Amino acid sequence: MNKYVERLYNGLLKENPVLVLMLGMCPALAVSTQAANGIGMGLSTLAVLVLSNLVISILRKVIPDQVRLPAYIVIVASLVTVTELLIEAYLPSLYDALGIYIPLIVVNCIILGRAEAYANKHTPLLSVMDGIGMGLGFTAALTLAGAIRELLGSGKVFGAQILPEGFGMTIFIQPPGAFLVFALIIAVMNAIGIKTRQRKLVESDCDGNCALCASVCENKGNPEAKKGGAQA
Amino acid sequence: MNTNLIMIIVAGALINNVVLNQFLGICSFLGVSKQMKASISLGGAVIFVITIASAVASLLYDYVLEPLGMGFMKTIIFILVIAALVQIVEMFLKKKSPAVYKALGIYLPLITTNCAVLGVALNNVQDGYNFIECVLSGFGTALGYTIAIVLLAGIRSRINEKDIPAPLRGAPIVMIAAALMSIAFMGFGGLPH
Repeated sequence: MNKYVERLYNGLLKENPVLVLMLGMCPALAVSTQAANGIGMGLSTLAVLVLSNLVISILRKVIPDQVRLPAYIVIVASLVTVTELLIEAYLPSLYDALGIYIPLIVVNCIILGRAEAYANKHTPLLSVMDGIGMGLGFTAALTLAGAIRELLGSGKVFGAQILPEGFGMTIFIQPPGAFLVFALIIAVMNAIGIKTRQRKLVESDCDGNCALCASVCENKGNPEAKKGGAQA
Repeated sequence: MNTNLIMIIVAGALINNVVLNQFLGICSFLGVSKQMKASISLGGAVIFVITIASAVASLLYDYVLEPLGMGFMKTIIFILVIAALVQIVEMFLKKKSPAVYKALGIYLPLITTNCAVLGVALNNVQDGYNFIECVLSGFGTALGYTIAIVLLAGIRSRINEKDIPAPLRGAPIVMIAAALMSIAFMGFGGLPH
């Protein structure tokens, strides 16, 4: 497989950030009340992720190693602020629906995780493809969960009535539904590919540090990374 | 102390629980709740950092960003301030109170990327809280985080002894437990606001 296409496949399925790596769970749980919100959040994150991967990859030889994390945070925070202002100006309804979770893209584990684990070691073009793949994987997971929650909660998908009028288990739109739906999606994925995924899932909640989680999980051979994981 | 201020703490801790209702800080909530002891230490560190960060963010917004008309820079400024603050707190504790540092030490750096810290700071600004309200809201929110993570750690120690169906092992069963906790916490919504 072409190495650029491989990046897309990797992000969408093999290392889906939400469902396999368990990164970026906060926005995933919070905004997946409707399929449309899931797409909006997913695409906003995709835009920030692609641009941050691009910028960080271009600057990877310029940024000194000791201050790389603060530098990444400034780059990501600037991109997020631009994205936030653009959404506020052109998509006010999406801005209201996503609310505080737009500025919180800054602390989305996926973005710093990819910067640390991928973009600072690879060429700009590969990093952009990695960003697109991971962003699409994030969007797909959010849209899927959003569609399930919307269908069970109100009988609609993307606002179109699918189940009879008046159908609706409100609990699925409320906070507990988010935990339930993601638990069941991950359980189904486990059931389908149980041998390959099980090991990954156990390792992926290896520590509480979102930003470093991706790099810890990628550098399994690195003793220092292991130490970090064991501490948490 | 008037009841309004008490309600801010109660609302932050129970009614709008930061983890179970607003989904902030999920990574550490799911990751660290494996062990009870670690959960309590992390909870302590989170209370410490969020309370201080809310205070600093509030002062910074009211006296620097707002007068300069730079409110739109708040995301960038807050995240940098939080990152720096965590470093300073860590250095200060290491020097001045080694016992506390030993208990909280390794959890402090983890908190920089905990979205609850930034989330609380941004929420406070959005709600137009004054300085005291910001500090109390930060404290209440962090208290809610600690309650949730300690409860989940307790539930997980029981889950570990049970025979769970294979596909549900690991993350899914923990999230189902969190869902049930979230349903229980919805009951607090009935408290008067």
